[in-house]
Amino acid sequence: MPKGIRDRVAILGMGCSKFGERWDCDADDLIIEAYEECIKDAGIETSQIDAAWFSTAIEEIHVGKSAVPLSVALRLPYIPVTRVENYCASGTEAFRGAVYAVASGAADIALAVGVEKLKDTGYGGLPQNMAGAVSAMTWANASAPGSFAQLATAYQTKHGVDPKDLKRAMAQVSVKSHANGAKNPKAHLQKVIDTDAVLNAPMIAEPLGLFDCCGVSDGSAAAIVTTPEIARKLGKKDLVTVKALQLAVSNGMESQHNSWDGSYFMTTRHAAERAYKEAGITNPRDEVSMFECHDCFSITELVTAEDLYISKEGDAWRDFLDGFFDADGKVPAQIDGGLKCFGHPIGASGLRMLYEMYMQLQGRAGARQLSDPKIGLTHNLGGFPHQNVSSIAIVGLEGA
Amino acid sequence: MAGITGFGGYVPRLRLQRKSVVEANGWFNPGLAGLAKGERSMCNWDEDSLTMAVEAGRDCMGEKGPKDLRAIYLASTTLPFADRQNATVAATALDLGEDLKTVDLTSSQRAGTSGMIDALEGMGDRAGQILYLAADHRQTAASGAQELQMGDGAASFLLGQENVVAEYLGSHQMSVDFVDHYRGQNRDFDYNWEERWIRDEGYFKIVPRGIDALFAKVDVAPADVDIMVMPALIRGVPQKIAKGAGIPDAAVQDNLHAVMGEAGAAHALIMLSKALQTAKPGQVILVIGWGQGCDLMLFRATDAIAKFKPALGGVDASLARGKAETNYNRYLAFNDLIDRDKGIRAETDAQTALSTLYRKREMVLGFKGGKCTKCGTVQYPKAHICVNPNCGAWHSQEDYRFSDVPCTVQSWTADGLTYSPDPPTHFGMVTFEGGGRLMADLTDVDKGGVEVGMPLRMVFRIKVEDERRGFKKYFWKAAPDHRKTA
Repeated sequence: MPKGIRDRVAILGMGCSKFGERWDCDADDLIIEAYEECIKDAGIETSQIDAAWFSTAIEEIHVGKSAVPLSVALRLPYIPVTRVENYCASGTEAFRGAVYAVASGAADIALAVGVEKLKDTGYGGLPQNMAGAVSAMTWANASAPGSFAQLATAYQTKHGVDPKDLKRAMAQVSVKSHANGAKNPKAHLQKVIDTDAVLNAPMIAEPLGLFDCCGVSDGSAAAIVTTPEIARKLGKKDLVTVKALQLAVSNGMESQHNSWDGSYFMTTRHAAERAYKEAGITNPRDEVSMFECHDCFSITELVTAEDLYISKEGDAWRDFLDGFFDADGKVPAQIDGGLKCFGHPIGASGLRMLYEMYMQLQGRAGARQLSDPKIGLTHNLGGFPHQNVSSIAIVGLEGA
Repeated sequence: MAGITGFGGYVPRLRLQRKSVVEANGWFNPGLAGLAKGERSMCNWDEDSLTMAVEAGRDCMGEKGPKDLRAIYLASTTLPFADRQNATVAATALDLGEDLKTVDLTSSQRAGTSGMIDALEGMGDRAGQILYLAADHRQTAASGAQELQMGDGAASFLLGQENVVAEYLGSHQMSVDFVDHYRGQNRDFDYNWEERWIRDEGYFKIVPRGIDALFAKVDVAPADVDIMVMPALIRGVPQKIAKGAGIPDAAVQDNLHAVMGEAGAAHALIMLSKALQTAKPGQVILVIGWGQGCDLMLFRATDAIAKFKPALGGVDASLARGKAETNYNRYLAFNDLIDRDKGIRAETDAQTALSTLYRKREMVLGFKGGKCTKCGTVQYPKAHICVNPNCGAWHSQEDYRFSDVPCTVQSWTADGLTYSPDPPTHFGMVTFEGGGRLMADLTDVDKGGVEVGMPLRMVFRIKVEDERRGFKKYFWKAAPDHRKTA
């Protein structure tokens, strides 16, 4: 095991735009909204940034390719800027690039910005055409909800859970996130919902109904990172440092080898095991104060709670029904409302999650503030259950 | 002895109820009321003449197919490509190799029988068998009588000289430019002349001449005919022709109007294939094909007929597993007879990189993956490095064809978001007996009709139609295995 990233990099500042159907905004407007908050929070000038990473996933429908759109929007001073795309993990990938640059010593201060302007397609849901020439000939005609819905059929079969119980637990996933999102002025959806509303919603892809699916929205988030030493020199106290950054990418086994049963994310388990080791966490159920996982669909969050080793395998559905992940539960999940309430502007989501962990750790989360959180975990899952990328970031108070 | 060595067929599962059509169109065409009985077969949205022909071919060949196949003929007037040999696509899908004669036969309702005569008479002393396919996906304008009379389907035969189940006794062909209907180049639908004229001047004058000429050539008399196959839309025509020729009444086969309608260039051969399923050794079979003249073929069933069984149950099994379709609008939509608002999601560009398709033709059309020669793991697609985490051997894989491997569904969904001509689209993780899996489209399933573990078999279907460029993409989908779920 390499030495890892633990406590070598600190977050100097973060920013996050209002998420939603931003009919008033182009991508550069959203970038500016997030970056203005971020640079102000960091207390530095743009000229002090040594390098930047820019995440955007479906560039065809908004900014186009390359890192140029970020550099132009922020008038970056001809520094290295790299565009990253890795499905829904793109935002966390930008963060990883910036953190690694600082950790390596190649940069003193680095920037990560993610943006996605999705609401210019003319229809709801994500665009679908991501396969590439060969896969397009053989891949099923699948939407994102259709692909993730299958976790439910596989999960209930494997664990012998009554489909009605599972559906109720999935409903609680969404009910909980909406309760949280209602307290977040930056969330797209700020409305409390009840279980009946979830259970009676129109079906999108069996068994996922409308409220089992996160929305699609526009948004941007940004982070500036540096070393703990420089952060202190710049006058920062109560530093939030990076404890672990891990990424696991499918190698085709889930989609091609019959050893995977379709009920869990193989990638997330790999990434989680490495991330906990890197962060020095031995008992995640006790040590993780809160997490923001990739709740693109209710079933994704439910299964992920197990893959993050917070719930025992086969037990997450009970944990959700028992309120374990509620705001007042043992390990609050999606305390900002999650993808469920923020929607999922792909390139921005990972950074948006980190923004909430950062604000919570600094005690600046307003009505959503948890008491005394020390360790926050974020998780992104891009692609499909049978072929995906899974990223995990763990941040926490310095010394935690 | 040349003749038929195997036979099969395919009729799509959906059966449009004629009553539903008449209810929709009777206001406009009250004459349809007389055609309101029974049902007609209709292609699913992802079926066409090519996919039906492939399925029929699998029915008569079974999993392996004959080793000595030397040619494939495909007869149809509704082939998906006007210029891309359709038989070659079928041959690739059926994994028949590339050293093969491939022929498309078209432009007449008689294409099916004419081509078969040609194939049988061309056998001479040559070794090797011929796969003979005929299929039609009838195209008719909405609210006409033809919409009720036509049906979709396919027939298949193996032709050869050994282990013949029906010996070819001879034929006669007549070429007469009698235009009972025609379809101009680039036109979707037929133009028809009056039925009474067709009956009196066409069938009743041309076919008897052909029958006389045929029986003058062979050592069999009309009275010896046990089975007479003759499609004709006009009621009573085959019966009257049989009577005039001295063919026993009982020989006249049902034209399947009540259960599937008439499947064009394939229909005489579908009737023949069905008749062979119950034919007894020694029975004499007369087949009559009609269209700008007529074709007449004579066979005699051999002792081997009792032993041959189509792999998938033949035309009889296809007919038996129909699903009543009462939604006429669905028929209209599947056959592109109305302009629908498909939504923006349907606008996704479906261009096919032809060079990519060529490189991947065995993978995509032939549905071949790989089998690791080191560890035996089968996988799709074939890859340079084995997917087995305990193996990982490089360059170790040989071709492994998945088309006939039984499979089941491990997880599934009914997806209402993605665009489908027949929402919700069903798909799921399909796992193959003996290894290998694929997140595959499911077809021929109904809402509520899928469950984890249900037995499936793979079928060759249209994946997407590139309407902008007139190209159809084909691939394999999983369908309920009727042999196991019946």
